[in-house]
Amino acid sequence: MKDLFKISNKKLKSRLIVGTGKYKNFSETAKAIEASGADMVTVAVRRVNITNKKKPILTDYLNPKKIILLPNTAGCFTSQEALRTLRLAREMGGWKLVKLEVLGDKKTLYPNMIETIKSTKILVKEGFKVMVYCTDDPLLAKKLEDSGAAAIMPLASPIGSGLGLQNKINISLIIKQSKVPVIVDAGIGTASDATIAMEMGCDGVLVNSAIANSNYPIKMARAFKNAVISGRDSYLAGRMKKNYFAIASSPKKGLI
Amino acid sequence: MAKIQLNGKKITIKTNLSIFDLLKSYKLNNKKVAIEYNGIIIPKPNYKKKYLKNNDKVEIVHFIGGG
Repeated sequence: MKDLFKISNKKLKSRLIVGTGKYKNFSETAKAIEASGADMVTVAVRRVNITNKKKPILTDYLNPKKIILLPNTAGCFTSQEALRTLRLAREMGGWKLVKLEVLGDKKTLYPNMIETIKSTKILVKEGFKVMVYCTDDPLLAKKLEDSGAAAIMPLASPIGSGLGLQNKINISLIIKQSKVPVIVDAGIGTASDATIAMEMGCDGVLVNSAIANSNYPIKMARAFKNAVISGRDSYLAGRMKKNYFAIASSPKKGLI
Repeated sequence: MAKIQLNGKKITIKTNLSIFDLLKSYKLNNKKVAIEYNGIIIPKPNYKKKYLKNNDKVEIVHFIGGG
């Protein structure tokens, strides 16, 4: 059975998407990406450092033939900022598949869904394929899908919190109703969180802090690779029925 | 000489400098950056045609690590 993972027109081998922030250096970033097996990574758009001409840059460490860069609007608090960022990203190298996040609160980094839906509509009109970071509200997720989102990316818990899946019921509802991929984004704390999300039937997970902030990021990247594969296989295999009492694993016949 | 604002910093440049020349002076690969010139995104083929003048505001951005 071929288990294809497709976002817009991009076919991905791995269901794990990783962020490239918070690593010690670019060499560690590159090694962690390699160990994670991810073929899509998120990147942010920022000003070039003009005071230091010799400073290495991230894209020198990532092979564009092997890795799909997903420009993200991390840090944008208005629709205007997010649109500006993604239009610049598109000009940089023709990126049409992008990740949109419009934040609403500095303390929780919770998405501002009103601005997010507004921005999604504009971007879709301009020809972008938009993967959208959102709250875990099924109604708003549906509105995003109707607005043309290429993927729905509900948070497990706040960005960088590592609190794991806090509202499994809502995530399940979103999975059930969505016709586009559902990727759990933000809040994943450890490998087992990713397995749980995948077992629930998520199409993918996006992880950054849980890998980059672990003691051994490269080892943790590998743990996530395996966790996502395990979760997906487990989902496809289908879990056994739960029983209230014990059911013996060995036959009674021939007992001595 | 012309005074422009580059990535929020005031700098002085030679007159008749194009965006292409500006990128070259900072050793930047034009494939890896995007330019906003006075609030308008400049398509790459126009870098050689666009000359900088006094009080221009230029933003040069690129991809960095992020989640």
